[in-house]
Amino acid sequence: MALQSLDIKARSATTTQPPSARNPVHVAKLIDISKCIGCKACQAACMEWNDLRDEVGTNVGIYDNPRDLSDQSWTVMRFSEVEVEQGRLEWLIRKDGCMHCEDPGCLKACPSPGAIVQYANGIVDFHEEHCIGCGYCLTGCPFNIPRISKKDSKAYKCTLCSDRVAVGLEPACIKTCPTGALVFGSKEDMIHHAEGRIADLKERGYAKAALYNPQGVGGTHVMYVLQHGDQPELYANLPKDPSISPLVSLWKGVTKPLMSLGIGLAVFAGLFHYVTAGPKEVEEEETD
Amino acid sequence: MRTMIQRYTARERSNHWVVAIAFILAGLSGLALFHPAFFFLTSLFGGGPWDRILHPFIGVVMFLSFIAMAARFWRFNRFTPADRQWMKRIGDVICNRDQGLPELGKYNAGQKYLFWTMVMSIPALLLSGIVIWQPWFAHYFPIWLLRVAVIIHALAAWIMILGIIVHVYAAIWVKGTVRAMTRGTVSEAWAKHHHRAWYREMTGK
Repeated sequence: MALQSLDIKARSATTTQPPSARNPVHVAKLIDISKCIGCKACQAACMEWNDLRDEVGTNVGIYDNPRDLSDQSWTVMRFSEVEVEQGRLEWLIRKDGCMHCEDPGCLKACPSPGAIVQYANGIVDFHEEHCIGCGYCLTGCPFNIPRISKKDSKAYKCTLCSDRVAVGLEPACIKTCPTGALVFGSKEDMIHHAEGRIADLKERGYAKAALYNPQGVGGTHVMYVLQHGDQPELYANLPKDPSISPLVSLWKGVTKPLMSLGIGLAVFAGLFHYVTAGPKEVEEEETD
Repeated sequence: MRTMIQRYTARERSNHWVVAIAFILAGLSGLALFHPAFFFLTSLFGGGPWDRILHPFIGVVMFLSFIAMAARFWRFNRFTPADRQWMKRIGDVICNRDQGLPELGKYNAGQKYLFWTMVMSIPALLLSGIVIWQPWFAHYFPIWLLRVAVIIHALAAWIMILGIIVHVYAAIWVKGTVRAMTRGTVSEAWAKHHHRAWYREMTGK
């Protein structure tokens, strides 16, 4: 959702530098999965603040509801029942939603100028009024987050409550979390906070507890504390080492400027051939 | 008075121009999303969303009309030994040194290469385009396939655009050619010079 700001670090389909006079602090949301009880208060708060109402689904035998992210559900709890060790069942509950990558694949893939922006504080935001509904952001995202609305063909996802953050408030999900599993602040502080949590978890027998801040996408502005940091896939297939697909990097990298140059050169080659070699003319009285 | 030879019927010419117009519209609306430098082209189609909405439908028109045209011209585009001889002298052809070139049928090897380039790239554009067609078909396909499809689509479009640039330039370069597609006829001298085997076939001379 749009909230105009001068503090823009990157802008989709824009080849010049966006306004970058100011350099505010990087923010981050930290999701401590070891503290999450799966109450879905964050889902409700997200719906309330952003004024979204997903369809009431049906019970399919698991707690996930809604079943998936949508234009109306920008965050969902994903419940995984896993036996990490024989006979020791764990219920891992991951709050899924946009990770706000430092190197956002959606923004890289987007062809519409200004439809996706990355604020200088690290939040990646969709400006739906500039969205053309092409779905390229889906190809760019390594986390399968953006959803195209069936109603208006625009892409939607978590904004990290950019409108709240811009006026000094914390995101709605953070505000409502009853267990302190969600915390928000400067990225530096969140990493520091996570270190304390990880040390605590290690003491309690989670030797592989770790912070999920994947470097393949330059780090993220939504981070997880994972009890089993060595196996992020346990958490509803959280990718172990996410990065923008090389196909997307190839497609949106050097290829297109080079291809555009090739098209230009082909036209000029024709022009210069015509003015040097000249046209191929046939004498009308040509005989055998 | 010059004697003219019929090269394309009215139906063939109409078919060609339907493909050509669809190509120009699909090309411009597609380039608009190809690179930010061309995004301004969306204005020609009523803005970004309209560009995205219209582009695939124009593409389907191009595909269907091209299939009809390809069926008409397929048999004239098979490669022959004379084509190989002609290709060996492509440098002379480009420099307008046409003396002693082999006798050719309706099309030369360059035209045949263009034909087969189009036969390859247009179906590739259709298939990859369906995979990424929002909001109608894209949700039926996994994201990895969308990633493959956007690359194929961009690559096939690029090859096609380059091919058409050569095609259009060749028509401007070789005088007397354009009227084959506007009026349907070419002069006897033109036919005799560029496509002598075809000329013999048409005139019996």
